[in-house]
Amino acid sequence: MLDYITSYLRMDATPGQAGNIFWIVVYIFVVFGGVSLAVVAMNWLERKALAHFQVRLGPMRVGPHGLLQPIADAIKLFIKEDIIPAQADKFVFWLAPLIILCAAFTTLIVVPFGPTHAITDVNIGILFMLGVSSLSVLGIVMAGWASNSHYPLIGALRSSAQMVSYEVAMGMAVVSAILMTSLSGFGAFGIGGAEPGTGTLSMIGIVQAQQAQHVWFIFKFFPLGFVALAIFAVAMVAETNRAPFDLPEAESELTAGFHTEYSGLRWSLFMLGEYTAMIAVSSIAVTLWLGGWLRPFPNGLSGETWDLIFSLFPGLTFLFLAAACFYSTARMPKHPYFRIQTMGLGAFGAVLGLIGIVLFVPAVRDRIQDIYWFVAKVAVFMYLYIWYRATFPRYRFDQLMKVGWKVLLPMGIGVLIVTAAVGISPEMLALLRHGH
Amino acid sequence: MPDATKYLSHLELGQPDKTFLDSNELIINMGPQHPATHGVLRVILKLDGEKVLGTECVIGYLHRGVEKIAENRTYTMFNPYVDRMDYVAAVSNGLGYCQAVEKLLNVEAPPRANYIRVILTELNRLASHMLWLGTHALDIGAMTPLFYTFRDREEILKIFEKYCGARLTTHAFRIGGCLYETYEGFEKDVESFVRFVRPKIDEYEGLLTTNRIWLERTKGVGVISGGDCIALGVTGPVLRASGVKWDIRKAQPYANYPEFDFEIPTGQNGDTYDRYIVRMREMRQSLRIVEQAVNKIPEGPIMAKVPKIMKPPVGEIYHSIEAPKGELGYFIVSDGSTQPYRVRVRPPSFVNLQALDLMVRGQLVADVIAVIGTLDIVLGEVDR
Amino acid sequence: MQPVATTFFFYLLAGLALLGGVLVITRKNAVHSALALILTLLALAGLYLMLYAPFVAGVQIILYAGGIMVLFLFVIMLVSIEKAQREEQFNRQWVVGLLAAVALGALFVFVYVKGSALFPERMMLPPESSNTQEIATYLYGDYLFAFEIASLLLLVAIIGAVVMAKKRI
Repeated sequence: MLDYITSYLRMDATPGQAGNIFWIVVYIFVVFGGVSLAVVAMNWLERKALAHFQVRLGPMRVGPHGLLQPIADAIKLFIKEDIIPAQADKFVFWLAPLIILCAAFTTLIVVPFGPTHAITDVNIGILFMLGVSSLSVLGIVMAGWASNSHYPLIGALRSSAQMVSYEVAMGMAVVSAILMTSLSGFGAFGIGGAEPGTGTLSMIGIVQAQQAQHVWFIFKFFPLGFVALAIFAVAMVAETNRAPFDLPEAESELTAGFHTEYSGLRWSLFMLGEYTAMIAVSSIAVTLWLGGWLRPFPNGLSGETWDLIFSLFPGLTFLFLAAACFYSTARMPKHPYFRIQTMGLGAFGAVLGLIGIVLFVPAVRDRIQDIYWFVAKVAVFMYLYIWYRATFPRYRFDQLMKVGWKVLLPMGIGVLIVTAAVGISPEMLALLRHGH
Repeated sequence: MPDATKYLSHLELGQPDKTFLDSNELIINMGPQHPATHGVLRVILKLDGEKVLGTECVIGYLHRGVEKIAENRTYTMFNPYVDRMDYVAAVSNGLGYCQAVEKLLNVEAPPRANYIRVILTELNRLASHMLWLGTHALDIGAMTPLFYTFRDREEILKIFEKYCGARLTTHAFRIGGCLYETYEGFEKDVESFVRFVRPKIDEYEGLLTTNRIWLERTKGVGVISGGDCIALGVTGPVLRASGVKWDIRKAQPYANYPEFDFEIPTGQNGDTYDRYIVRMREMRQSLRIVEQAVNKIPEGPIMAKVPKIMKPPVGEIYHSIEAPKGELGYFIVSDGSTQPYRVRVRPPSFVNLQALDLMVRGQLVADVIAVIGTLDIVLGEVDR
Repeated sequence: MQPVATTFFFYLLAGLALLGGVLVITRKNAVHSALALILTLLALAGLYLMLYAPFVAGVQIILYAGGIMVLFLFVIMLVSIEKAQREEQFNRQWVVGLLAAVALGALFVFVYVKGSALFPERMMLPPESSNTQEIATYLYGDYLFAFEIASLLLLVAIIGAVVMAKKRI
């Protein structure tokens, strides 16, 4: 038994590939728990960041600086009355949020946090992620229909039409990134060197291709990789029904969203699914274009010292967060009412500092590298989501569809064609020169 | 749902072409309680799928019988009531009423009072436009400008509070002039406010004016031509954005507006974007006027000689001013007693609201909300 | 990579597919039938995976379950189905239906009884790790013409749908 568990640690593969059920289960718990924690943190961050964009403070009362607000929200949603509309289809009503949740969480199975840090690595990884995330459209349609009310149905059909449209543009951008995995010549901006390699659809393979080609795909064939990422970044915001593409669920519009009739726990499942989908598509973007778990300049600045410098980043991040906590603690009002909050914030800062110090220990430091860089890049995308929501007005629905079909899709096809042309141009030139 | 088609029978809406994929014709109701109708306004929409075929506004949810009340109050007693009509720009309401009664009484406010009146009215115009900008942007989906404009509007409300004790329903003026002397530091406050708010207006413009999404949501939406405006009696920024250069401050000047140097911004297309640009430019022009006025407030009395018990001679008067929302007019009939025989208010929002139907025909449902926002209506004024 | 618990998963997926199939034809509610069909399609995707065809499984999920079934649901929800539900279920060709079902059943029994003797000696077992590449080689190499014809067909279908749905060209 113990041998079964430890035998995996000597292997160099993901648990799914190794077939080690124990570690598969452990990884599943870790990933799902981590993502749920991230969703909770995202909830807090969204309210605070949005508030600060809007010159206000956001939640400040529940816990120091509102840090316990998501927990309070969760408790409130759990104890709310569970209302099912009259004559609604009970089974479908119950099933819809589950489908969205399951689709969102299932995509996390192949997300690579490191070369062996994924639950598994299927060789159709990216295809799997796109496919399973497209199943959430079903959940939305079912939610709207099961509410047995006119407006949620229209809102659901609109949401799903929007998601399906932007999946096409996403697919085009993804295909052009996959194309780059097979163009294994490397050099400045990935141009130069003419051996075509075998491309791969597997998530870990894509990041390893970026590592082998010494270039993150965002910089490859500049600006093609960048344009592809831009297309994907816009499409993924529309795919997850977030601002500025959130007309189907805006409050001031006439047709309310598909989740109108859901209250309490069921509604929180929708929100959980939405944030998880955001994390999933951000993971796709990070894996395909931003080098996944690779630290900046993995090949350019290589060697012992640079490895050491970059490996200090996780610990420094946590120490910085701890310092921010301590600074806020010092600035708390000195009134007796705030005593508990001040102590709580200080304790939180101490915990963060402790984690930071632990991350300096060499044994931990080497292992945490990949996960840290991956999570940091995904966090940047999450922040961008909040930034978009604060800044932009909303697209009208027909304009939204127009952008998806008439702007993003032609751009995506164009990027694909040009990438292919540029990619095989060394072979073509060789062909022209040597004539065979 | 009760059948609302009888409301729309007069609109003579034709039947859309029927195909075998016939879309539903809906009659839906943007009820009195709605986050985007700026008050208690009910709009009944007849839709073909997503396109609007016709609208009907049902108003009266905020009717308080102000004009009837006027018949039972003396002229001075009625002064606080006018603030409550357009509660966003209360100072303008007070200005219009006081000037109308002064015309009836044949008195003129002294120059110092006029300067104070102009400064406060222009600041109020700025505050009203700021509120309009925040709520209009919120309806279209940009959540942030609301908070910025409200934060800066606070400075104006602080000045009002220091001057007359109230932020919103100010009751700042009296018949014959002003009651309150400017407080210690009034000029300094106003000057520093003008310096403070100019970059803020640039900030709002930076967020919206060249934003691609804003342009797509507002260009070509809710178009109304100048001729239609004049035919309907629409005034204010809506009229000016359609190309008609008509501002009562220049056309039929009142108070001492001729002493100040300012422009009347106009637009060309009469769409929502032009109305937005016109109002932003008006904000800057208001700042210009305030800047000029605050530097040369003359000394002197602030109240003309009006009798304590006002009994205007028998007669009637119509006096209109350029309120932030359009032409605000007061038609006062006096029968020689202390109480007016009739006070009829011509509210700009009420007349402008007529244009809603014309502006949203053929547009999509999401545009209805944008157009209601761009008309800048206040239900207190529409219903009185 | 070693496959895990093949028998169990096969019976599970096959059972789910059969269950879905039975539910499709027995539910009164059209939306429930569509959902059961989705269950069948997902189980089929799992079976493809077990047949070392991951690409086909992925495409099955994306296109069939995530695209075509969504379209089915759209149509079911947009078209008023109350009328269809109240309509009489007729069953006049039951004799022909019975004969067809018996024939199909006989075919299944025949295949099962014959077993693996039906298949040729040298059966191609494509390695799982390059299923996508193999499909791409055949699709864009030997069968390019058929591929292009199929895409042209889809284009004609799209244009036809747009023409029928627009009110004026």
